[in-house]
This record gives sequence, C-alpha cells and structure tokens, in this order.
Amino acid sequence: MLNFVLKRLAIAVPTLLILIILSYILMYAAPGGPFTREKALPPQVIANLQARYGFDEPLWKQVVIYVWNIVAHFDFGPSYIFKDRSVNDIIGQGFPVTLRYGIISFVVASVAGIGLGVVAAIRHNTLVDYFAVGVSIGAQVLPNFVLAPILVLTFTLWLGWLPGGGWEGGEWRYVVMPVLALATSYMASIARITRSSMLEVLTSNHIRTARAKGLPEAKVVIRHALKPALLPVLSYLGPAFVGMITGSVVVDMYFSTGGIGKAFVDSALSRDYAVMMGVTLLVGILYIVFNLLVDVLYAWIDPKIRY
Amino acid sequence: MKRRLLLGTALGFALTGAAWADTNPRTGEELAAEQDYTYWMLDSAKSLDPNLATSVEDSDVIRSLVEGLYNEDADGNLVPAVALSHAVSDDLTTYTFTLRPEAKWSNGDPVVAGDFVYAWQRITDPALASEYAWYIELMQVVNAGAITRGEKPASELGVKAIDDHTLEVKIEAPLPYFPKMLTHPSTFPLHKATIEAHGAEWTKPGNYVGNGAYVLTEHLVGEKIVMEKSPTYWDAANVIMSPITAVTINDENAAWTRYVAGELDRSTVPSGQFPRLSAEYPGEVTSTPSACSYTYIINLAEGKGNEALKDVRVRQALSLSINRDVIIDNILQAGQIPAYSWTPGAMNGFQMPSMDVASLTQAERDEKAKALLAEAGYGADKPLAFTMNYNTSEGHQKIAVAIQQMWKQTLGVDMTPQNFEWAVHTDKMHGGDFDMARYAWCGDYNEASTFLDLWTSYSGNNDSKYANPEYDKLMKDAKTMADPNPNYTAAEGLLAADMPIIPIYHYTSVRAVKPDIKGLSSNNVLNTWYAKDLYRVAQ
Repeated sequence: MLNFVLKRLAIAVPTLLILIILSYILMYAAPGGPFTREKALPPQVIANLQARYGFDEPLWKQVVIYVWNIVAHFDFGPSYIFKDRSVNDIIGQGFPVTLRYGIISFVVASVAGIGLGVVAAIRHNTLVDYFAVGVSIGAQVLPNFVLAPILVLTFTLWLGWLPGGGWEGGEWRYVVMPVLALATSYMASIARITRSSMLEVLTSNHIRTARAKGLPEAKVVIRHALKPALLPVLSYLGPAFVGMITGSVVVDMYFSTGGIGKAFVDSALSRDYAVMMGVTLLVGILYIVFNLLVDVLYAWIDPKIRY
Repeated sequence: MKRRLLLGTALGFALTGAAWADTNPRTGEELAAEQDYTYWMLDSAKSLDPNLATSVEDSDVIRSLVEGLYNEDADGNLVPAVALSHAVSDDLTTYTFTLRPEAKWSNGDPVVAGDFVYAWQRITDPALASEYAWYIELMQVVNAGAITRGEKPASELGVKAIDDHTLEVKIEAPLPYFPKMLTHPSTFPLHKATIEAHGAEWTKPGNYVGNGAYVLTEHLVGEKIVMEKSPTYWDAANVIMSPITAVTINDENAAWTRYVAGELDRSTVPSGQFPRLSAEYPGEVTSTPSACSYTYIINLAEGKGNEALKDVRVRQALSLSINRDVIIDNILQAGQIPAYSWTPGAMNGFQMPSMDVASLTQAERDEKAKALLAEAGYGADKPLAFTMNYNTSEGHQKIAVAIQQMWKQTLGVDMTPQNFEWAVHTDKMHGGDFDMARYAWCGDYNEASTFLDLWTSYSGNNDSKYANPEYDKLMKDAKTMADPNPNYTAAEGLLAADMPIIPIYHYTSVRAVKPDIKGLSSNNVLNTWYAKDLYRVAQ
C-alpha cells in the first residue's frame, strides 16, 4: 500500500511538469497577450512591461525560471493585470472562500444525494422513487446560472431572509445561497449514481443471503448493501470534491463572494498568464491528491482491491 | 441599508471620532442619521496605486483615497484641490502651482510639491512599467517620452519642487487644456516613504497612505472595497458620507436585484430594461450623456483589408444606409445619441458640427446611399461582400445583425459578421487583420482632442490607418490655439467626408441612484465623481 502511494506521488511530479509545459504553450498559442488593450499601448510601454515581467526571455527560459521560483521560493509570480498583487496573494485571498463554500456544498450534496439515492432504490418503482428521480433530474437540468437568480429573487427580494450577495468573512447568511447554487447539480448526480448502484447491489447474491438469514432490512441496507454500492459514487466524489472547492465562476460572479472560481475565467480572458498558471496548477495538484485518496479509500472499502 | 453588515465598520467609524452634523454645512439640508454609501462596480479594481491604475473602477476608488492638483465640479469645471491656483509663463510652457499648505497625508505628514515630483517621475520610469506612462507624455511634460523609452533618467522630467508649496511643470509646447488633464489619477501625488517601506504591498489596507477624503480599510478582490472618512483631510469638516463601500457585482441583473433589495445606493440597470425601469422608478433610473463613442472602423491600410471599402463612395453609402434610430430605439433603448460624427456633443466646450446627413430622413439617406454605391460600380452584377469583426457580446451581435439586414435590404450588400473573443478581436484590429471592425473609444479628459487625436496618422491607436495630412495639421495646430474648436469642427468635417470610420452612436451612462442620495453630478460626461461631495438627506 505504502509502495503504491509513493509510486503515485512520484508519477505526480512529471505529470505536473507536463501540465506546466503544456499550459505554457497553449497560453502563448492563444492570440493577444496580457498587454492587449482596446487603447493600444505605445511600443516603449509594452517593451517596459515585457522587460519587467521577463517576457523578453526565450520561452524555455521563462518556463525554467517559473518552475524554479515555485520550487525554490514557492513564488507563483506577479499578476499582470492586478498590478499590485501576486498570484500567491490572489489565491491566498480567494481559495479560503471557495474552500469554505465548497466543503459545505460537498457535505450537503453528498448527504442529500446519497440519502435520496438510497431511499429511491429501496422504494424502487414507488411514488417515493419517482419523486426522488424527479427531484434529481430537475436539479440536474437546472443550470446554476438559472438557479442563482431564482434563489436571489426568492430569498432576497420576496422573503427578505438573506442578503443578495457578498461574503463578509463567510457569515452563514452569505453562505446559504452560494452553497445551494453549487451543491444542487452535484447532489442530483450523486443521487442518480447511488440509486442505480444500490439497485444493482440489492439484487446481488450476498444481499439475498443476508435477507435469507433473517437480518432486519435496515441492517441489510446499511451494513451489507451501502458499502459496495458507494464504490462508483466514491470515484465520482473525488473529482466532484475538487470541482466544488475550486469554486464556480457563476457563484463567484453572481454572489460577489471574492472566491477563486472567477479567477479561472478572468485570467484566461485577460491573458493573465501567471494567475492562469497558478490556478491551473492548484487544480492539477488537488486532482492528483484526491484521485489518490479515492484509490486508497477504494482498497479500504472493497477488500477485493489490492494494490 | 444593511445594518448588520455595517456594524463592524460603524464601530470603526465611531472610534475615529468623526461625526456628521445634522445639516449639510454647504447647503443647509437636513441629513439622514446614517451616512453610509454603497455603490456598484462592474469589476474588481485592478490596482489602487495611482501610477498603475488602469480601469474606471480603479479611478473611482483612487479619487476617494488620493487627491491631485485639481478636482472637477458637477459640470466638469476645475476646482482647487491640493493646488490653490496656478500661473502660466508668457510662452505658455511653464506652469507654477501654489499648493495648499494645510493639505495632509493620512499619516499626518504635510503634502508637499516633492510628492508630485516623486509620483510623476515614478510613473514615467521604465522600471515601474506603468501603462499610463503615455499619459504624462500626452501632457507634453518635458522629457516624459524620452524617460519612458529609457533614453534619459527620471530625474530629468520637467517637474520641479521650487519649495514645499510651489510646484513647477515645464511642457514641451503650449497645451491649452493642460490643467484639465490634471484631474486624472495618473497625476496624483504619492507618499514616497510609504512606497519605499512596503514596496508593491503599499496599497494594502493598513499600509495605504493617501491625501484624499477617505482612508482604505478593507480591500477584498471580487467582493468589496471599504473606505472611511480621513480625519487628516484638509476639508474633512465638509465630508459627510462614511463609510464608502464599493461592491463588485459582475452581473447587471444581480446588481439591480441588490439595489431593489436596498443593499446598494447606486447601481446600473440591466441592458434593455431602461425604458421599463425609468418609467417605474422616475428620478431614480436616469440616462445621461457619456464621453464614449461606438463606431465601425474600416481598414484603409495599404495591401490590407477589403479593396472595395477603400472607395470613399462605398463607405459613404454604408454609413448613410444605417438607420441609427432603429438601433437606439429597438436594441439599445437607453437614450443613446445617434452619431453622424465622432466626438460626443457633450464634451466640455466642443461645438458639434452640423452634419447635413443628420437632418435628412432615413428614406432620403437610403436614396443617396443607393446612388453612391451605383456610382462606385457595385450592384446586382458586381455584388459587394466583406466581413465585420466584433468581440463576443450579445449587444454587439444584435447591432451587427441589424446593420447586416439594413445593408442587405437597402443596398444588396453582403456583410458577414464574425465574432471573436475580446483579446483575439483586439489583436486582429491592432494587427490590421480585418475588413471592418467594431470599436469604441472613451475620452481620457474633458476636451474634444481626446477623441480627434485618435485619427491622426501618427496616433498609435489609429487602427483604420487613415492618413490625411490636412487632418494631422488641423490637430497639430489645435494644440497651440487659444480656441481650438474651429479646428475640431473642421477635423470632424474631414472625417465625415473621408469616412474612415462609421460612427453609430454616442454612449449614455445609465444609473439607478436612491432618491435620498444627493451630490452626484448628472452633467459630467467623464462620469467623474467624488465621494466627498455626496450626502444622504433625511426623508
């Protein structure tokens, strides 16, 4: 097991390097640059900017300097658009915000999704099942950019219960709507995966045996059916967790949370290379870590799996 | 207002010992008990360093934190700020400013002439690589261009502190509107010791030292910026509102919802909803002229673009057959002004030339357009087709499709709109890789040359590559004239005759302001406003 984890971590290093190099090349291949302005900048100003940010070096050297600064100083460079902020600064301010609403969303989506899926499977082909399937399909097809305005209209304008946006350090009233907007569609996917996987497990031999020896149904479901049924859910939850804690551009834009989700889109559109690289790496590392964690959990849940 | 949200800041405010009077000391109006002000920003501020600021959001915040030589009043006229007055030498190239002795930085230091010298040298210095270094060059400050190009040290900039309260600026040639350019944040003073102590971190709350009416207390990118009244500001006795909160909301609908919910004092109105909302909220939702123009530019560069469009008759025909009223009344719907010339009529002192085409009916314009196109040799047997680039946006797309229809129906011309992501669009435009392209320009200062200089052959932003020596001469001569307006009118005449661009409309600024907020100007085309002028009346 330890060997497996170490091997996976060792593979992560070249994976990240490839990610950096590919992202760098793709960034440079896109037309325009961080100093493209509607009012064109004079050539000498562009030259000064390029010198300041090291764009006058050859591409390979830029990549080497970039990687070296990260490895040696944990410095992801300055933002080219937010002139008085560094990438560390931007991620340092935005990531705790998305981490907070992301983790809460994850808990909400998992608990509600698994609960809904299990209930639907147990009460297969009853009104309860139809209701659960209806809810999860409805939640799945409702994109968060539609859900967010509906939530604000309902909770802010009509009921007057919650503020329409802002973050205020993550006070609960500001967290409710971002969490609902983010968690809903994940919840729907989790519910559907849980339901179908649970249905499959419920017809398997070991469940028939468990029922045959007279175990109460609750015990059959919780002790014997749930664990194997969660395996496919688990492989979905790993990436979903990363997706949620790295935020959502819709949530950040609509609710003015100041989270990191918006930085993805903004940095790509404004060609803020350093921020783009920073958030890409952040997501890359998180994916590697959580995929590994899922694999380890797999072995723990399913004794048939050995690494 | 959002009382809970303000609890913390209100406490901080109480601790600073400031308090508002019950009546406005300048107007005598009765004031509301709460004087907090929350306004909407479309996007996060990019930098609060006046030397590095680039966006409108930056400028709006910086004007509360730092104060330059002059401010603008409600109509865009200059009023003394740090400078009490100035004298100009006989040859009109040396300006001597007398500075206000009581002006102070937020740490209590006096504001001295050397603070301006430091800031102006810093912005032109290549080491800082400021994007607005060109602004000091545009002001024609001696050696600004050479310093930015790295040919001379920053110490040779034509700005000098004669003593602590006398600032001397030398410019390369007379520039009648030089003082008007001094309200731009690029010209604001800076506190050298703070910047040297903190480096790039100096703009963080806690480090920031400004000389404006407010001090920075919170800056959360993507969420909000909070400022509180500065007790050291020279005119603090007349500053009423505090705290000032700038909230970033990227979605106009979300901004409007929060305005209706009472979370914002000032917001925008979702596009297309102005007619309905201005009727529903009379006096709150308004539209005022703004210093921006929307146009299609035509590529006239040698060997680039579409050859057919290099015939002036074709360009004239295309311009004539655009029904601007349809675009404004049916698409934009916010009181925009149809444009038959380039400079917005609301620019301070500018006399909009009377354009014959403006007084014709659309049917008459269409007739003229058909005749011109036929004369140029295009018709059913020789169809005209070209592409028009725009950056991805619903609004630009609607306009492009409408104009495509107008040209097809009236002239039988095939225009193919092509949309590109903004950076690609801009890159293609600057690189001359287009037939026709959507463009918009906003003035940097309140004078017509900020628009007309653009189409001189030596302008770095002239992507049309229009080159007319007569036009260049008019604009060059205008720089030294006591009243340059006749030249501006003549230049507009040349643009209308040569038609390197097809002006479509002049922007308006649409806003919603709570009825108890007073002191916001509705007559300043650059939309320059100062939080220190605002107050909330009792209702």
